[in-house]
Amino acid sequence: MRFGVAVFPGTWSDRDCAHAVELAGHEAVMLWHKDTSLRGADCVILPGGFSYGDHLRAGAVARFAPLMDSVVDFAADGGLVWGICNGFQILCEAHLLPGALTRNSSLQFRCQPTWLRVESTASAFTAGSSRGDVLEIPISHGEGRYVADDATLAALEDEQRVAFRYVAPDGSPVGPASPNGSMRDIAGILNANRNVLGMMPHPERASEELLGSSDGMRLFQSVARSLARDGAVAAAAR
Amino acid sequence: MTWTAEIVVQLKAVVNDPQGLVVRDGLRRLGFSGVGDVRVGKYIQVELDAADAETARQSVSDMCERLLRNPVIEDYRIVNIARAVERAAAK
Amino acid sequence: MTVTSAELTEPTSAQLAEVALTRSEYDAATAQLGRGPNHLELGILGALWSEHCSYKTSKPLLRGLPTRGSRVLQGPGENAGAVDIGDGLACVFKIESHNHPSAIEPYQGAATGVGGILRDIFTMGARPIALLDSLRFGPLEEPHQQHLFDGVVAGIGGYGNCIGIPTVGGEVYFDAVYRDNCIVNAMCVGVVPHAKLTRARARGPGNAVLLVGADTGRDGIHGASFASVQFDASSQSRRPAVQVGNPFLEKCLMEACLELAGDPRVVAMQDLGAAGLCGSAAELAHRGGVGIDVDVSRVSRRERGMTPYEVMLSESQERMLVVVTPEEVVGVQAVFERWDLHSDVVGTIVTTPAFVVRDGDDVVCELPLAVLVDGAPERGAPGPRPSRSPQPGEPAALPAWSADETLMRLLGSPNIGSRKPIFRRYDHQVGDGTIVLPGGDAAVVRVPGSRRGLAMSTDGNARYTAADARRGAAIAVCEAARNVVATGAAPLAVTNCLNFGNPEHPEVYWDLHDAIAGIAEACDALGVPVVSGNVSLYNESEAGRIDPTVVIGMVGLLDDVERRCAAGFAADGDLIALVGPVGHGIDSSELEHLAFGMDRTDSAPDLDLDLERRVHRFVLEANAASLLRSAHDVADGGLAVALAECCLWGDRGASAELDELAHERPARSRVAGILFGESQSRFLISHPREALVQLEELAGRHSVPFQALGSVGGRRIKISGAIDIALDVAVRAYEGALSAGG
Repeated sequence: MRFGVAVFPGTWSDRDCAHAVELAGHEAVMLWHKDTSLRGADCVILPGGFSYGDHLRAGAVARFAPLMDSVVDFAADGGLVWGICNGFQILCEAHLLPGALTRNSSLQFRCQPTWLRVESTASAFTAGSSRGDVLEIPISHGEGRYVADDATLAALEDEQRVAFRYVAPDGSPVGPASPNGSMRDIAGILNANRNVLGMMPHPERASEELLGSSDGMRLFQSVARSLARDGAVAAAAR
Repeated sequence: MTWTAEIVVQLKAVVNDPQGLVVRDGLRRLGFSGVGDVRVGKYIQVELDAADAETARQSVSDMCERLLRNPVIEDYRIVNIARAVERAAAK
Repeated sequence: MTVTSAELTEPTSAQLAEVALTRSEYDAATAQLGRGPNHLELGILGALWSEHCSYKTSKPLLRGLPTRGSRVLQGPGENAGAVDIGDGLACVFKIESHNHPSAIEPYQGAATGVGGILRDIFTMGARPIALLDSLRFGPLEEPHQQHLFDGVVAGIGGYGNCIGIPTVGGEVYFDAVYRDNCIVNAMCVGVVPHAKLTRARARGPGNAVLLVGADTGRDGIHGASFASVQFDASSQSRRPAVQVGNPFLEKCLMEACLELAGDPRVVAMQDLGAAGLCGSAAELAHRGGVGIDVDVSRVSRRERGMTPYEVMLSESQERMLVVVTPEEVVGVQAVFERWDLHSDVVGTIVTTPAFVVRDGDDVVCELPLAVLVDGAPERGAPGPRPSRSPQPGEPAALPAWSADETLMRLLGSPNIGSRKPIFRRYDHQVGDGTIVLPGGDAAVVRVPGSRRGLAMSTDGNARYTAADARRGAAIAVCEAARNVVATGAAPLAVTNCLNFGNPEHPEVYWDLHDAIAGIAEACDALGVPVVSGNVSLYNESEAGRIDPTVVIGMVGLLDDVERRCAAGFAADGDLIALVGPVGHGIDSSELEHLAFGMDRTDSAPDLDLDLERRVHRFVLEANAASLLRSAHDVADGGLAVALAECCLWGDRGASAELDELAHERPARSRVAGILFGESQSRFLISHPREALVQLEELAGRHSVPFQALGSVGGRRIKISGAIDIALDVAVRAYEGALSAGG
């Protein structure tokens, strides 16, 4: 399978995502922000970083890159799009996902392990897990607090489009130990068609035991298996 | 009386404004030709009690000097001070 | 060529103070030039002859450092040092100070310090893979110190996180001596294939000099001079000496420069730092034995109406000089354009070894490079070595704390407690390379595309150097090496940052002299050369002077990251042992500081360099033979603190028994020395039971003391007859240490 990894000025998780993809046994191609070609990618990753320095608002400038026009079209056609950290922020600014990411409630940047409960397996990204699985995946952000209005939050819950929720290591509610104060402890969400995932934690940093956890690798493998089984566009609509 | 003060805090002219540069380039890329220098600052709104406008202004100046701006790299200007009642009427 | 600006008639004291030159230096310059310098030339001389740029006081002393070794590819003299790490790769690293700007504006001072050290690494073609920082502040309970501490940590994170390079280690100490003069030393480590190692040596008369990156503004003028004088009341108002960092622009600059590393079109690269354009242009040309001709009118400016003086001396950040053959300029500029970076040809390399500045057609400065870069008269000792008044004999009685209470106080001390509140604000995992995370001894970062790992640490206990500069500096080298050895890595080389007060005072000068001698002695004994470094002088103000603070950045090599050794206990049932001597005396220890505050003894712990070397060999061989489960260097707080740390890091308790405590009834002061004394050359190890016999035999072969202490297990930290505390209670003290304000 071919994963396209977007590179905006200021992106730095591109190499880490490519590394994780290759470790999973698949091909990674880099997608330059000024180009419009997705180079035949089966899944597009918008990786973490500080695109454009996060100036004005995180993701606010990157969403207007020529590459993003192609990504928006690809998503509309059902293509798999995976936003990680800054990628999630870009997806929200581009309105491919609802809500917004704001400053951590601690007002500080936080780099630490978090535990995510898989809330929905109805997507190419999470089909390889079971509901209730707890994955150990680190965060690294200063603006990761997910906020949305009540109507949006209700829709996300009713339609089971919350993909991951922050929990305590044993799976119980994270409470005041929330890493960033996200509403409903939301760590990752899906769009209505379930082909676009945005998540704040970094699965590419939990891709090998040597790095402390390989739980993130499960997500990469899930995407690849879904694509292999169902073909590119069809994989999205599970 | 209650007053509402509006303050703008910006990086001093002599220092680098990375945000301004990115916003400027972003605007130009979106097709806004003729965009020159862009500087990005903070807008702060403070409600306070004071006997009159002059006292309010003095108070707000003190706030700026002591907390609202970093004197090493930032300047400020008080954009407006108005009676809070007047503001409510204007909404 | 005639210089168009008029010669200055004899400058006033105020004019000389502005450029931080003494009158005798002015006279020396005039004598070397055969004429008086004009206003611009005076400013440029002041910048290049500042202590920060010319090292006029420290250069003669630094000559004694060992800088050669079979792996050394580049020693001091370039932007950073480089050592071979196998597989055709080199490790490039350096540490640098940014103390003065951080005291004025902590966030931006620290941020631009990080920016500066990063440029020193990628200007050599190396991709930075890790950052570390060594910090000192006044007492944490004081609001202004909290402000500085918080600002500096935020600034380091703000820059490092944005540019995407992990900050994996460092250290912080709080002591009243740093109240008005904080210390911010930033270290960067990068990796590059040998073939792409780029040097800052211009050559080829006719070659073009490109200036790329940020526009030049009025910020930072006289920054180098500012860092070379003592703080006084007017320091606050020297505002232009602080700049706002732009890590986003530097990320783009870094990617473009790394793309060009090893490209035959690029002759040389040099980043702009202290003394801005004139500093870099002069050094670039002088190293290559050529001259340089710069046209200020070609320099892209951020502000209108800048004079040539302002353009040449500006220290605006995120700028590089690149020397390119004329036919290749357009092609190289295209690489920069791809990253939305602006570049201009601002000068030419010429044969005559002079530094020429023109403003369009007018030549406004012409100075021989030999005078500019090497002409600053070296400064010798300002006076004879002062004699040290010996301390009164009997040490005061310790407070009536139990051993348990003492341990809890030490664990909760800001100098010892958990650093998690700091490093969780730094992205320490970007790059998917951090194998040993911050929080233990050295950090270990994987060499990209390889099984090898680099262990890295910064260390420097200033109490020891305050007591005895020579021994304290030697101990700093040993401690840094120990932290690296504890991960199983063999120490490779050293970068050093020497932070001292005003060297025009004899005590300071001789401390500097002795410290350098101590570093040399320890480096020779351990076989690690010094490949780069930085000296920061004048860290003092009317209120006081810092302790001589020697910060050693050590890098070590692990052939296989899978063979690394943990720092904390890892398995119940494992045995624990002390490698090295039992502690005695609490000289210059954290306990002494807690108990007696500023009153302290005038002696640093003893150091036996030969024993130190043997202890390192023992630990490395034991690890290579898979005999160890964990190894931790015994440092601040002594053995009891080291034991507690191993328990806390491994989340399991331990029971230990020391012969000296079990079989005697020693006096309280002796017990304190055994438990909390900071005797050197020691490791606390844990190992599977089966390895005991082999370890004892290995210890015998290396002639190192080896005392079996007990075993790992349970949920309490116990030293028989002395310590017995619950792990959960210790955790609370340890994790709360930095929140006295943080």
